[in-house]
Amino acid sequence: MSTVERKMQVRPKKGRAAPFFMGLLRFLVVAVTTYLGLLAVTFFIGRVIPIDPALAIAGDHAPQQILERLRREMHLDQPLYLQFYYYLVSALSGDFGTSVLTTNPVMDDIRRVFPATMELATVGTIIGALFGVPFGVLAAVRRNSFIDQIVRVIGLVGYSVPVFWLAMVSLVIFYAKLNWVAYPGRIDIAFEYSFTPITGFFLLDSALQGQWDVFWDVFRHIILPASLLGYFSLAYISRMTRSFMLNELGQEYIVAARAKGLSETRVIWGHALRSAAVPLITVIALSYAGLLEGSVLTEIVFSWPGIGFYITSSLRNADMNAVLGGTIVVGTVFIGINLISDLLYRTLDPRTRRK
Amino acid sequence: MTVETTQPTLRDWLLSDRPQSRRQARLGRAYVTWRQFSANRLAVIGLLIIIALVLVAALADVIAPHSPVIGDLTNAYLKPPGTPGYLLGTDDLGRDILSRLIYGSRWTLYIVVLVAIISAPIGLIIGMVSGYLGGWVDVILMRITDIFLAFPKLVLALAFAGALGAGIENAVIAIAITSWPPYARLARAETMTVRRSDYIAAVQLMGASPLRIIFRHVMPLCISSVIVRVTLDMAGVILTAAGLGFLGLGAQPPLPEWGVMIASGFKYYLDQWWVAAMPGIAILIVSLGFNLLGDGLRDALDPKESGQ
Amino acid sequence: MTTLLTVENLKVRYPTRTGVIDAVRGVSFTLGRERLGIVGESGSGKSQTGRAIMGLTPPHGLVTADRLNFSGIDLLSISARERRSLRGKRIAMVLQDPKYSLDPVMTIGRQITETLRTHEKVSKAEARDRAMAMLEAVQIRDPGRVYDLHPHEVSGGMGQRVMIAMMLIAGPELLIADEPTSALDVTVQLDVLRIMDKLVSERGMGLIFVSHDLRLVSSFCDRVIVMYAGKVVEELKASELNNAQHPYTRGLLNCMPVIGENRHPLPVLDRKPEWAA
Repeated sequence: MSTVERKMQVRPKKGRAAPFFMGLLRFLVVAVTTYLGLLAVTFFIGRVIPIDPALAIAGDHAPQQILERLRREMHLDQPLYLQFYYYLVSALSGDFGTSVLTTNPVMDDIRRVFPATMELATVGTIIGALFGVPFGVLAAVRRNSFIDQIVRVIGLVGYSVPVFWLAMVSLVIFYAKLNWVAYPGRIDIAFEYSFTPITGFFLLDSALQGQWDVFWDVFRHIILPASLLGYFSLAYISRMTRSFMLNELGQEYIVAARAKGLSETRVIWGHALRSAAVPLITVIALSYAGLLEGSVLTEIVFSWPGIGFYITSSLRNADMNAVLGGTIVVGTVFIGINLISDLLYRTLDPRTRRK
Repeated sequence: MTVETTQPTLRDWLLSDRPQSRRQARLGRAYVTWRQFSANRLAVIGLLIIIALVLVAALADVIAPHSPVIGDLTNAYLKPPGTPGYLLGTDDLGRDILSRLIYGSRWTLYIVVLVAIISAPIGLIIGMVSGYLGGWVDVILMRITDIFLAFPKLVLALAFAGALGAGIENAVIAIAITSWPPYARLARAETMTVRRSDYIAAVQLMGASPLRIIFRHVMPLCISSVIVRVTLDMAGVILTAAGLGFLGLGAQPPLPEWGVMIASGFKYYLDQWWVAAMPGIAILIVSLGFNLLGDGLRDALDPKESGQ
Repeated sequence: MTTLLTVENLKVRYPTRTGVIDAVRGVSFTLGRERLGIVGESGSGKSQTGRAIMGLTPPHGLVTADRLNFSGIDLLSISARERRSLRGKRIAMVLQDPKYSLDPVMTIGRQITETLRTHEKVSKAEARDRAMAMLEAVQIRDPGRVYDLHPHEVSGGMGQRVMIAMMLIAGPELLIADEPTSALDVTVQLDVLRIMDKLVSERGMGLIFVSHDLRLVSSFCDRVIVMYAGKVVEELKASELNNAQHPYTRGLLNCMPVIGENRHPLPVLDRKPEWAA
């Protein structure tokens, strides 16, 4: 073995440090600029678009003193860049103003409703991944077979159907006609006061406290909206799984694996899927983010008291503070998930680790 | 050299590998693309759906049996589908749902076309300029694009529409603002692939201005992938617009926009399900059409993507 | 010499929308515990022949033969499961480019022990020991470190040696090497070939060496068969290569550059349609 070859074989471990910090720096720059961009856009929506932002927030019927006070609080007499500065400061400290409708600070309202949406998105993503990944694998392994066509149809319909309409249709079928599920809201009025939430995830809380009758009721409430969102998640995840798997199965190392005498099961699940696992995790994370967004239109149909319901009802009441506060929160979580999954992808996949 | 004993057909002329004019070459290429496209049955179905949409919208006055805005409250209140004269039933103001769907197709087309006309050129131009000029311009423009790409589209469109106020034009603006980033990314990628090629260098040497180069030489290459993406996005635009209509932003009653129709049917969805169900089916079919058409275009124009 | 492999009239066909593609059109040869080289250009069917013997033809391909016999076992009539148990254990295959033919997300050590544990019941510790021994056998100096690396962290030559270790660890009798050195630098090629040479001789294995490089094959193998357009056009001993009869082989030999010779114009292969008949 020549000296050159020996040198090429060894990768110095300490040489890894520098690119790591550069990557971290780049990540931070991206995260910060994106978040600032989000705040800039919401600032634009809230302060620049309306002719009179104070009026937009307080509504047409607000008395003059309220409007004057608002104008002072929002620094509307200052130049635009100063306004943005004050806006940034308050947004970063979690102060999104006060909701005109509930007269609570918007942040409090959001803190109250956000767990409901998170629970819905979590259960929906679990359903989507649990069914979506095997479907996608099967569709890739048996190309152009019956199951492949089914996956494609599910995906197509998922991309073409309005979610709020499907929500209504499913309510008609499963609630009105079959009475299999409960509606509206998260929990029956009967239980609402005997039940104390711990995490905000009702399924978890009721199970932890051993209140199985509550658990069953919560389950009956969540199963339909979660399945609905789960369907969209499934459509996306199975499509991506199929695509990743097709990509992996066409590679030479799969031929090599078969040449070793490995069983087909091991080749598919132990090699192909393993290679596809990291981008797949990214896809699942993105699906979760997508469900957070999708909840905006579904919650209103199910009267599900989450952040989607909060934003849409605030929209109807022209409560711009609440709308923008909710937008910022959803946007932040959305951006955060995107960034983290990108980071995960880069650090976990051995292929992308090499420079 | 073989002697042709039969008259050369139009097909031979299109497929000949020695085209005599640029027009012949272009038509020949279009023909080949069409053949590949039409081999895909689903894509053709998508195309037919869209053509049907356009025809229905254009001939609405002729096809629709009743008026979309004037209803017969006394006789036709919430009649189920199949009632004579009202094929798909009537709504709570006595209006024929079929006619409303037919006229609603105009609004669907209106929204889709407007969003495309606004967002695609913006995205194209930003992407091409960014890819061609490179340097700081590229960095800044792409940062902005990436920031917009990272946003939740629906929520932002809602916020924009909320601030702009109700109205279909405001909905169009709100949707367009959140739609342009993917086109910028696409156009930039295509531009960067082309930028280094020799024929661009040749045109530069001939003294062409950057503007001319971008619009006459770079743009034709970006256009096909942008068109595919626009077609696929149209499905999403329809869904978003319907969502806005459903929430009371965007289109307003009594416009027979399909999202608004679902909203007005929401109250009665338990018993008079057809008021909300029918417009949803219409949205589903049209969205599906755009998805199928877009998939077919992508497979025909870029064989690598189709997984063959 | 005992016959290890008998191939008679092997055909590999792929039905496509525009007709049937005949990749291999009736190839026959026998192989003992010796080295056979299969030479041909791209599209000659040489790789397809190797893969058909292994049973790795893609599912939409049709493999037929009058006889396909390995060490007394009729490869055509056994079940898929039995065929699979032969792969890796008794017939092995080394692929061309370790960049693509090694699993990128699994450590090297794990990939090697995987072969072993598929065919033999061994404990994890014993599998690890044997894998290390195998890595040493392919002359990897620091097997303990390489064991935990991923394929992209080693050079091409080392990757190919890992592939050889991975495929030979279960002790097969026949090795099919599909262009094993084509993706490597010239200096590294010789090292890898030397290792293959040593292992094949030590274990008394049969070797099928598939390549496009006539000179390489002739120096490495005992016998050579030349393939063109899916058929065997010539079969001869490597030592008698210069006495080749078929015009295609003569053409190939003619094309090989000779240092010091001044040939103008350079000889080019003049393909005749009857070779593909």
